[in-house]
Amino acid sequence: MAELLDFELVSPERRLAKAKVAMVVVPGVEGDFGVLPGHAPMMSTIRPGAIAIHEADGGPATQRFFIDGGFAEVTETGLTILAEKATPVAEIDVAAVATQLAAARQAGDDAAIARLEAMQAAVTN
Amino acid sequence: MPSLKSLKMRITSVKSTQKITKAMKMVAAAKLRRAQEAAEAARPYSVRMAAVMASLASRVTVGPESPRLLAGTGKDQVHLLVVCSSERGLAGGFNSNIAKLARRTMDELLAQGKTVKLLFVGKKARAPFARTHKDLIVGTVDMTHIKNVGFADAKSVADEVVARFEAGEFDVAHLFFSTFKSALTQEPTRLQIIPAALPAGGAAGADASVEYEPDEESILADLLPKNLAVQVFRALLENAASEQGSRMTAMDSATRNAGDMINKLSITYNRTRQAAITKELIEIISGAEAL
Repeated sequence: MAELLDFELVSPERRLAKAKVAMVVVPGVEGDFGVLPGHAPMMSTIRPGAIAIHEADGGPATQRFFIDGGFAEVTETGLTILAEKATPVAEIDVAAVATQLAAARQAGDDAAIARLEAMQAAVTN
Repeated sequence: MPSLKSLKMRITSVKSTQKITKAMKMVAAAKLRRAQEAAEAARPYSVRMAAVMASLASRVTVGPESPRLLAGTGKDQVHLLVVCSSERGLAGGFNSNIAKLARRTMDELLAQGKTVKLLFVGKKARAPFARTHKDLIVGTVDMTHIKNVGFADAKSVADEVVARFEAGEFDVAHLFFSTFKSALTQEPTRLQIIPAALPAGGAAGADASVEYEPDEESILADLLPKNLAVQVFRALLENAASEQGSRMTAMDSATRNAGDMINKLSITYNRTRQAAITKELIEIISGAEAL
């Protein structure tokens, strides 16, 4: 088993996750990127979307969080994600999102539409 | 000399006051623990955020093209004072200490010929200013309905400040709140939030090879309003803990004072009763002797 990545997910209110994982896929503003142990240091802003956490090397995504915009920092030792709001994808209420999306479309609120569409996409994937 | 009955009534009344202050003290102690836990839980985020801001600051030079939240408007004529206080009183000197610091700053700025605007978060610090400087108050954020401060509340305050800044309403913003040191000491604090005071000198050598996506400037522009929200959030959490700590101390001494008062009144009551009995006895004896 290869070395593992120190992964931390923090929201302003509390630390949501801290674990040693094999890989995390992060939706950066310029495209998704996977972070494996030994990734070159980088900083990136995150667009609304789901991060996928792969606990086992080469295994499937074991945990998925929907991140409502935030910031990812990769250092030599690990990955830290600063998320303003993070929800486990399993806890997203699909029906509620659909009604909110319809309301946002009616109101013409572009930011909310993009956010809710990303949320729907996260659930279906 | 107060009558026996009125003394007894006063003792009962002080006793029930003592019961209330005692209960308030215990409630404040419980709430203080929760507020401290919330502040503790929020720490990792603000620490990481500060670290990121520091490393960005070492990479970006402040120039006229920098985001306005960082570079400012180039003037410092209009100052906005964001004063955070609580929604409830009976917390010792908590609210008045914050108000005092804000007033001192305001007086200094006014003496320098600057324009001052006041924005209140929580109504308790508002009252002393509403009397004397009503025309300077630009708004009050009502926090009455909020039991536990969430990040969303802080964000809405920060958004309002940023919106006012974008509209050109002020050049410099200061945040006033009370830093929680311990349950016994809280320190009123002033923090400049706009233009952002970046922590000087990050570990520049260590992250020379860091890649930025998209680029430093856009990340910074994205991060500045977030950093502002984090600072407001931290201030509100510190304030919540300070308020409960201050209330706990105030109610503790109120309970003790009530105890002292009960003792004093009981002594007076017993003396008065004794005097009345003695008087009655003298009357009976001298009546019997006269026969």
